[in-house]
Amino acid sequence: MEKRAKKKFQSDVMVRVLKYICKNYKYSFMIVIICIIGAAVVNLKGLTFMQVLIDDYILPMTKEANPDFGALVLALVRLASLFGLGILCSYAYNRIMVNITQGTMRNLRNDLFTHMESLPIRYFDIHAHGDVMSIYTNDVDTLRQLISQSIPQTINSFVTIVSVFFGMITMNIPLTGITLVMVVIMLFTTSRIGGKSGKYFAMQQRDLGIVNGYIEEMMEGQKVVKVFCHEEKSLEDFKKLNNTLRDSADNANKFANIMMPINANLGNISYVLCAVVGAILALNGYSGLTLGALVSFLSLNKNFSQPVIQISQQMNSIVMAMAGAERVFKLLDEVPEVDEGYVELVNAREEKDGTLTETEERTGIWAWKHPHKAEGTITYTKLEGDVVFNDVDFGYDDKKIVLHGIKLFATPGQKIAFVGSTGAGKTTITNLINRFYDIQDGKIRYDGININKIKKADLRHSLGMVLQDTHLFTGTVLENIRYGRLDATDEECIAAAKLANADGFIHRLPDGYNTILTGDGSNLSQGQRQLLSIARAAVADPPVLILDEATSSIDTRTESLVQEGMDRLMNGRTTFVIAHRLSTIRNADCIMVLENGRIIERGNHDQLISEKGRYYQLYTGNFAEETA
Amino acid sequence: MIKVILGQVKEYKKASILTPLFAALEVLMEVLIPFITAQIIDNGIEQGNLKNIYIYGAIMLVLAGFSLLFGALAGKYAARASSGLACNLREAMYENIQTFSFSNIDKFSTAGLVTRMTTDVTNVKNAYQMSLRIAVRAPLMLICSMVMCFFINARLSIVFVIAILFLGIILFFIMTRAKRIFDVVFKKYDDLNASVQENISAIRVVKAYVREDYENKKFTGAAKRLYEMFVKAESILAFNNPVMMLTIYGCVLSLSWFGASFIVSKTMTTGELTSMFTYIMSIMMSLMMLSMVFVMLTLSVASCERIVEVLQERPDLANKEQPLMEVKNGSIEFEHVNFSYKHGSGEDTLKDINLTIHSGETIGIIGGTGCGKSSLVNLISRLYDVSDGAVKVAGKDVRDYDMEVLRNQVAVVLQKNVLFSGTILENLRWGNEKATEEECIEACKQACADEFIKQLPDGYNTYIEQGGSNVSGGQKQRLCIARALLKRPKILILDDSTSAVDTATDAKIRKAFKEQIPGTTKLIIAQRISSVEEADRIIVLEDGMVNDFDTHENLLKTNKIYREIYDAQAKGGGDFDEAV
Repeated sequence: MEKRAKKKFQSDVMVRVLKYICKNYKYSFMIVIICIIGAAVVNLKGLTFMQVLIDDYILPMTKEANPDFGALVLALVRLASLFGLGILCSYAYNRIMVNITQGTMRNLRNDLFTHMESLPIRYFDIHAHGDVMSIYTNDVDTLRQLISQSIPQTINSFVTIVSVFFGMITMNIPLTGITLVMVVIMLFTTSRIGGKSGKYFAMQQRDLGIVNGYIEEMMEGQKVVKVFCHEEKSLEDFKKLNNTLRDSADNANKFANIMMPINANLGNISYVLCAVVGAILALNGYSGLTLGALVSFLSLNKNFSQPVIQISQQMNSIVMAMAGAERVFKLLDEVPEVDEGYVELVNAREEKDGTLTETEERTGIWAWKHPHKAEGTITYTKLEGDVVFNDVDFGYDDKKIVLHGIKLFATPGQKIAFVGSTGAGKTTITNLINRFYDIQDGKIRYDGININKIKKADLRHSLGMVLQDTHLFTGTVLENIRYGRLDATDEECIAAAKLANADGFIHRLPDGYNTILTGDGSNLSQGQRQLLSIARAAVADPPVLILDEATSSIDTRTESLVQEGMDRLMNGRTTFVIAHRLSTIRNADCIMVLENGRIIERGNHDQLISEKGRYYQLYTGNFAEETA
Repeated sequence: MIKVILGQVKEYKKASILTPLFAALEVLMEVLIPFITAQIIDNGIEQGNLKNIYIYGAIMLVLAGFSLLFGALAGKYAARASSGLACNLREAMYENIQTFSFSNIDKFSTAGLVTRMTTDVTNVKNAYQMSLRIAVRAPLMLICSMVMCFFINARLSIVFVIAILFLGIILFFIMTRAKRIFDVVFKKYDDLNASVQENISAIRVVKAYVREDYENKKFTGAAKRLYEMFVKAESILAFNNPVMMLTIYGCVLSLSWFGASFIVSKTMTTGELTSMFTYIMSIMMSLMMLSMVFVMLTLSVASCERIVEVLQERPDLANKEQPLMEVKNGSIEFEHVNFSYKHGSGEDTLKDINLTIHSGETIGIIGGTGCGKSSLVNLISRLYDVSDGAVKVAGKDVRDYDMEVLRNQVAVVLQKNVLFSGTILENLRWGNEKATEEECIEACKQACADEFIKQLPDGYNTYIEQGGSNVSGGQKQRLCIARALLKRPKILILDDSTSAVDTATDAKIRKAFKEQIPGTTKLIIAQRISSVEEADRIIVLEDGMVNDFDTHENLLKTNKIYREIYDAQAKGGGDFDEAV
């Protein structure tokens, strides 16, 4: 039962792959099919011509004293032009197939990428990055194989089978029966052996995954292995896994390898059977079989086995491609981030009477454009950076709530600091403001507007973010800063770098602002990368900032540069900061002490110290260590 | 290069020889079968001789049986040989990596090593299997078929020779041209994948700055360029099939014409003509297969190179003959030590270091990023060798010790530390395989790890995920310290190993060290003054040189750098809480 369900499922995937190809290449694909049919028919004509040649031309000629080669020349010329057509067809479908294959690959990659970009952060939390990556490489590659080779081959073989079959059936039915029986035996052994090899192929892929994981883990920790002199133990464990992989690979390949000789020789046996039975029939005059026709039939028999063998060879790669396609479609079927927001962020000009009007040019003043459907009116609210949390509950899934009843308000320009141990929920709160995650209960208002009503893109435009682990992109330093605002001029970017204290080290880079960063900025130090990400936020110039102070080991001098840059950036903006530094915390207007997803204390530094509560304990370091 | 790879065939030599042998026998059978087919037609059917049909039919069945047997055996041994080679290659690489020193490891990236041991090995495996089966089969098939053709009709066979030359030259031309473009294409392909990788890991930045469309546009552009190059490369390959067809059809036509005239002039039989026809197909098939092998081999050359690179990497540290097998005490001396990661680059990471540390002392090390703190301590357990001078432990040069003995006595808790998947106990026992549970708990108590482990649902049997992703940074660091303690080392080095532990716990750990392992020399690298201020003496490193080496009190009075760091941290530059 299960097996059948799986088969059904696979054919569904196949249909979807075909539909995907046809979406953009319907006509090309049709031309390809026609050309494949054309080429296959011509090819068959060429293969069977020998018999026509012998029966219709050579044999009659041998009987004549003065043979006339004229008819033969004519036939050959006709055949030659047919061959020419076949070659044209062959080139046409091979060439068009290149476009279809590569075009489909391009579309698939684009779709995958575009769709991936639209997925919620949640997706990236629960999927290993290496696994997502493998969809782009391994899985897409199996599909390339399928489209460029398996599909045309299968069509080709199928066309040959059908036309040869009709050829045979018109010649002799009993012999066709024998051939068919042999083909059924072939298909049967193929599916038996194929099933075996498929089972071992699955085992091989699984073992490969295990070995892959082990190598990855051990290579990552190779220095620790050395320090603990664990080399022999680690090699021993590896050998075990490696040998298991060898055995499953051996079995998988063995069965795949013997399929071909078995089928080829079943073909030979089929040939002999037909020859013997056919000869008996012909000599005894049964079913009107002549000797010439028998010879023709035998050559058809040979041509019948060939494509069956070819199709059976394609089976493995088709099964593998289906597994790959399944994973590709799974990513494409992931539900993208939903956005039901309708409040937009627009440039505005403040009139003398205090009202706001929408403008095209960048004025430095922003307003929320809030259409009211019921009344059909539009109101404009000035973007100020007033953020209110009202009894917010949140959990990554409904069963486990990690934030409980969070209440907080930040008036424009205020600095709110979150402190607490790891896992208390600091980062989670900041991720709710920009709607990386959606809340379960309660309300978050931004300038008085429920953030669920604001378009996500516009909401995020109004928020600047400096994350703890900085990510940079391949490209120049300048491009990386401009990431904050794409229409920023070079001067604006440099000004932002100066504000972030990044200008100094950038000037010391080999090509200054035009230095190319690669591999997530691996040629920069941790501190320098942080300075760049501050510059990136500075050029965006948002009214509200979310900062996650880095805690990684930066030396004291760079740290003071980072600190200074951050302070300048925070100046005049509503800021939410996940704080690790005493100076940041002391300067905060309000400190939220979080524990186990709840705000347990709030107030400024002096108030909290005088309360002698949890904050006081944290501050004086006079406490027993809590588990995170 | 090929020699190195083939050197790993080892115990699969038998299978590697049997495969082509059986493939050759299979070819012989396959070559004979069309010959018998001709006999069935000529002497059986055309003459209406049923007896001949039986005889030749029986011969053909026997041949088919043998062909099947040989083919299956060839397939079986090919699988054995190639899977075995792949297994040996992986093992040899893994084994060699185990002998790598730190500087060898630095040379390769983790991802690079993983790809070499998986994807590259798979490529070589496939190429090897293909070569074993086809490299013999195809040329032999070609030769045998040619011989049979000449045997049947020498004059007519000339046609084939011309056809083969024609096809061979054109295929070679197509392949070499395509390969040139493919080399470039694959590089571009890697770049595209790198940008996907970048986007996956930086997705929060992309989303925070609402750059989805921007990234899409960038990606689409790159994908389009890749598409164009792929089309360019593959449209050359698209000539493969038509050229093949052209050759075959040319042969069919000339065979028909000459065959007809030969038969008419009674120098050839119709059976012979059909046999020749079969042979020409085999010949063309062999050529096509050879061109496929050619492509596969060229594609696997890059993989071979990458594997050989790992196999031929020689560790640059080696045990001396008759090394010292015992570390007497925990004293350390540095004598005029110079050190650089790249030999002879002129830029020394450490310059003229002279230090004497007594057994049992607690030493703090402080200094800015990149000033050489980690390099300094890595020399003590001989993770790297000095460029000049000498590092001595217990009065003997570290190069005189057996490396395993030395490293068991000099425990380092690395800055970038990792836990491995397995239970906490299993991880701890990396320090000492034979440690009892009590010993493990004792070590954890000293490292202040016991308190959180006890609270975990499965306690010491809690399963740690790969890379320790299910424990926090501070917990991970404490586990790593406990693991090192289990070695009962004479020298313990903590390379910034408590950065994620809060100050109070940090102090508790140091207190435990002082009380429980007073005889062990302790070296503590830290960013926080508070972590080192209680040390007996503190080394201040600046630009790879020892700027000062004194007690906290004296340094505060006399050392400008130390004073600066102290002031900055006291003023509030310090950490507030436990970091991630």
